[in-house]
Amino acid sequence: MSNTKYILGHFEDPDDLMHGIDKLHENNVSIYDVFTPMPIHGIEDKLGIKRSRLPKVAFLFGITGTITAFSMLYFMLVIDWPMNIGGKPAFAFPDFIPVMFELTVLFCAFGMVGTFFYATHLFPGRAPRVMDLRATNDRFVIAIDAKENPYPTKIDDILKDAGAVEIKHNERKYVSYE
Amino acid sequence: MGTNNHSHNFNEQFEFTGKAKTWSLIAILIGILAIAYGFFTDHAERTFANLLLMSYYFTCVCAAGLFFLAVQYVAQAGWPTGFLRVPQAFSRVLPIASLILLVVCASGLLTHNLYHHWNGEGLSDPASENYDPIIAGKSGYLNVPFFLIRLVLFLGAYSFFAYLFNKFSKREDLYGGLVNYDKSIKWSAIFLIIFGFTTPIWAFDTIMSLEAHWFSTMFGWYNFAAMWLCGLCTIALTIIFLKKAGYMSWINENHFHDLGKFIFGFSIFWTYVWFSQFILIYYANMPEETVYFYKRWEPEYLPWFWVNIVINFVAPVLMLMSRNSKRKMNSLMVVCIMLLLGHWLDYYMMIMPGTVAEHRGFGIIEIGTAIGFAGLFIFLMLNQLSKRSLVPVNHPFLEESLHHQI
Repeated sequence: MSNTKYILGHFEDPDDLMHGIDKLHENNVSIYDVFTPMPIHGIEDKLGIKRSRLPKVAFLFGITGTITAFSMLYFMLVIDWPMNIGGKPAFAFPDFIPVMFELTVLFCAFGMVGTFFYATHLFPGRAPRVMDLRATNDRFVIAIDAKENPYPTKIDDILKDAGAVEIKHNERKYVSYE
Repeated sequence: MGTNNHSHNFNEQFEFTGKAKTWSLIAILIGILAIAYGFFTDHAERTFANLLLMSYYFTCVCAAGLFFLAVQYVAQAGWPTGFLRVPQAFSRVLPIASLILLVVCASGLLTHNLYHHWNGEGLSDPASENYDPIIAGKSGYLNVPFFLIRLVLFLGAYSFFAYLFNKFSKREDLYGGLVNYDKSIKWSAIFLIIFGFTTPIWAFDTIMSLEAHWFSTMFGWYNFAAMWLCGLCTIALTIIFLKKAGYMSWINENHFHDLGKFIFGFSIFWTYVWFSQFILIYYANMPEETVYFYKRWEPEYLPWFWVNIVINFVAPVLMLMSRNSKRKMNSLMVVCIMLLLGHWLDYYMMIMPGTVAEHRGFGIIEIGTAIGFAGLFIFLMLNQLSKRSLVPVNHPFLEESLHHQI
């Protein structure tokens, strides 16, 4: 039993990478993750990645903003300090709408940025951790969990056959930019 | 995925025969009968209001097709290439639509059935008992010759650009290369500037001047939003029906998804401008401005005022929110039909209170005229569509459109 935690197959061409994914699937090798320097069409379906839950988060942040704005305005303009503005009733709903709209957008935007940082571990000032340094540069990388998949030499052969230019056996999951 | 190999028949041409032809001709006949009925039963003013509504709607949809072409050229967009023939067919109908709108406006002016608020005896003559100082102040702009000159100029310019884009596209089909595509981009940019500045004025003239005392600078954008949305819905519907008839195998759910996003986004944009116009008037509360909504708040129109917002904003937002409803043909079709009906109501709410006011109606004249113009549009548009192959084969972004995926 080696200490290899992850096997990384480097590809130079996205088509080779897609081919490699097919080959690994054919041989029942489970793929931990794939890193590409650019989006590749159809790769989510191929890897069976579920739809992002980000839209739901966006909706929840948005509706929080709407409710916040409405309750704030209602408290200020109707309960706490009703004023006569142009002879209109204190609860003049059309006047509320622009503020409600703006706070919906604001909450949604800030909330999404926060969620994105949270989900990707990208807090400002934090050194990003990646599985391979070249994955964000010019290489298309398939990561395979070596503990889940036996026969590492067989996996190497599959990757090589599919056109991998480099294969790494990493004993640590992440390399850091630090 | 198999995106790199495709087996589509690019010589495919739409055949305009059978049911589509019969029914559109029957619809035109219904329209003619309804209009004749309107005139013979002494409903001339109401019929003219309906004619204006539908011919404006008709011209707007065709102009939106032209606008779609120009926007896609300028953005150098790839995804709509597969169905670019549909908005192109719209744009080729534009000259006929413009002519009909011109005839309706001119005869309405001549017979004093339309625009009589600013076009009447002695309105700008201080000695006359009909003297109206507000109209007199506007008479330098709102007078019959200048009104018609503007309309001819604008619609003529749009039709000219429609002719240009189709000429470039035809040459592209014949000779290939990028020359015609580059020319299209250049002329589209020019067109968009002209269109952007003239459509508000077009809307001010044809619709807003029905109530010439009232004015709103938002009105132009409000009409533009309605026009663009109706155009998108009609484009989507045309593609859906073509697909259902077995054409356009290369259009898939990804294209519908993008069209759906457009429709979703612009139905919100329509509400945004509608509400911007409303809240400014509501907030300022100045009598010369509130008169517009005052009329639409009378019991005669109030229910439809609310229906208008529900059908054009609440319903599409809820129905098109999810990803699947944009990608599925049938759900998109339902929303498109609903929005087209909704925007008929929107135009109805713009035009009727200023023309027939409390004598408004909803009956043979309204339904018949709408069916007639829909039939006319379908007939002319499908006729134009059938003249050329359904794919611009030499368009530089054709492959991108075939592989479009989101």
